[in-house]
Amino acid sequence: MSQSLRPYLQAVRSSLTAALTISNFASQTSERHNCPEVEANSSPEILLNPLHISRNENEKVKIEPSYNSVRISIRIKQADEIEHILVHKFTRFLTQRAESFFILRRKPVEGYDISFLITNFHTEKMLTHKLIDFVIEFMEEVDKEISEMKLFLNARARFVAESFLTPFD
Amino acid sequence: MAAPQVHHLFHAPIADHSFSSDRKTLAVARENNVELYQQSGNKFTLSDELKGHEKTVTSVDIAPNSGRIVTCSQDRNAYVWEQTPTGWKPTLVLLRINRAATFVRWSPSEQKFAVGSGARVIAVCYFEEENDWWISKHLKKPIRSTITTLAWHPNSVLLAAGSTDSHARVFSSFIKGVDTRPEPSAWGERLPFNTICGEYLNDTAGWIQGVAFSPSGNALAFTGHDSSVTVVYPSAPEQPPRAMLNIATRLLPLNSLIWNGETEIIAAGHDCEPFRFHGDENGWQLAGSLEKKAGEAGGAREESALNMFRQMDLKGQAQADTKLKSTHQNTVHTIRAHEEANGAVSSFSTSGIDGRVVIWTA
Repeated sequence: MSQSLRPYLQAVRSSLTAALTISNFASQTSERHNCPEVEANSSPEILLNPLHISRNENEKVKIEPSYNSVRISIRIKQADEIEHILVHKFTRFLTQRAESFFILRRKPVEGYDISFLITNFHTEKMLTHKLIDFVIEFMEEVDKEISEMKLFLNARARFVAESFLTPFD
Repeated sequence: MAAPQVHHLFHAPIADHSFSSDRKTLAVARENNVELYQQSGNKFTLSDELKGHEKTVTSVDIAPNSGRIVTCSQDRNAYVWEQTPTGWKPTLVLLRINRAATFVRWSPSEQKFAVGSGARVIAVCYFEEENDWWISKHLKKPIRSTITTLAWHPNSVLLAAGSTDSHARVFSSFIKGVDTRPEPSAWGERLPFNTICGEYLNDTAGWIQGVAFSPSGNALAFTGHDSSVTVVYPSAPEQPPRAMLNIATRLLPLNSLIWNGETEIIAAGHDCEPFRFHGDENGWQLAGSLEKKAGEAGGAREESALNMFRQMDLKGQAQADTKLKSTHQNTVHTIRAHEEANGAVSSFSTSGIDGRVVIWTA
């Protein structure tokens, strides 16, 4: 792990630990409903101030806590066009399978590549510290994954170009 | 200090729990039902289920003397359950609220109970002999958001309420014909229904999660979502309080608290363990956790080689760190006095999301 990544992830980890102190809360605007308040956005006093943590202009995290849910949005590093396409394809693959990921949001928040929505029902079923570990690990791994994919793509492009151009050699 | 007594009842959140006065019966709120457990030896075994609510039961309370159980739920209803030879019989309470009921507690006199709700009202309920049902009167006035917690003053007239609008308030719930006129105190002298005897804002405007009156009733403590505990000593009616002390901590938010005498508070919450606070009118401070954690001094316990390789084989990890060091494995929701005499608590019980009820010696 690079030196600047460590404090960034540490900051995200402590902010998430504090934000994930959520509990069951029935809607106070609609009868017999119980929905994530951060999504319903119906009563301002139930929401807390959103928090941005950025490593640089390309990599940042937004944490939006509320009484019974927390929304975490991540912007993944995209240095060039290829990385942009790769990130798009990668997050699309994940969000299309959102049900199997439980905490994944189907649509990322605007300006971010991928969003998680953790509600009190998730923290009741799963261990909170493990959920935080998962988000941190995801952030660690995703950069690695994207750069690996980029290398692989370049190698493949070179191979294709070479074999295509052999007859003209 | 004796080791805490752990009762792991099931793998589901316990929203609230309550012991009967003889401490043999335990009522826990589990999803849409309330389960009654009877003590047999060292264990609690399921004896009865109170079914009737259609949505998550949020709170349950057993009246110490009459043995009546009151429950409330997110389906907007509250029931009073009475034991009959044929089983527990529910009576619907006319709450007249249109949002979830969040919290219920019997008054010390057991003539009334209060139900907090998401409809920005507190329903104070009492039994009407003529019509043979429980009816309610609403405390409405300055409440601007969901009531999260309630606590009764020992005189059964004053009621403290915490709410998500960051205020802890003290109301009068005096009902003619049910209550006797209370002794004048620092909170007020004449106390008609819905008198506001105190209104306190959390320092950083965090949601209020737990309130409690001291055993004498002359001090009020509340916890906020900013991980602080605030203690208020009122001076005289309509006057600013004599002292309002805020104890900020570096813990995660505390959900519930009880007084032990006039100089000690025990609170528990998202840190999964109870903490003790000491102090008086001149100042309060955090005294530390009530839990002695095993293996903290010696670092991680040595795992056997076989166990390590098995973990690596099955899960791809060398060490399983899924267990927390605290007794509770998830957030503690409720803390209640278990045994007490004249305001001094000798043991207390906690329950939480992990499905455990733990009895601690204070």
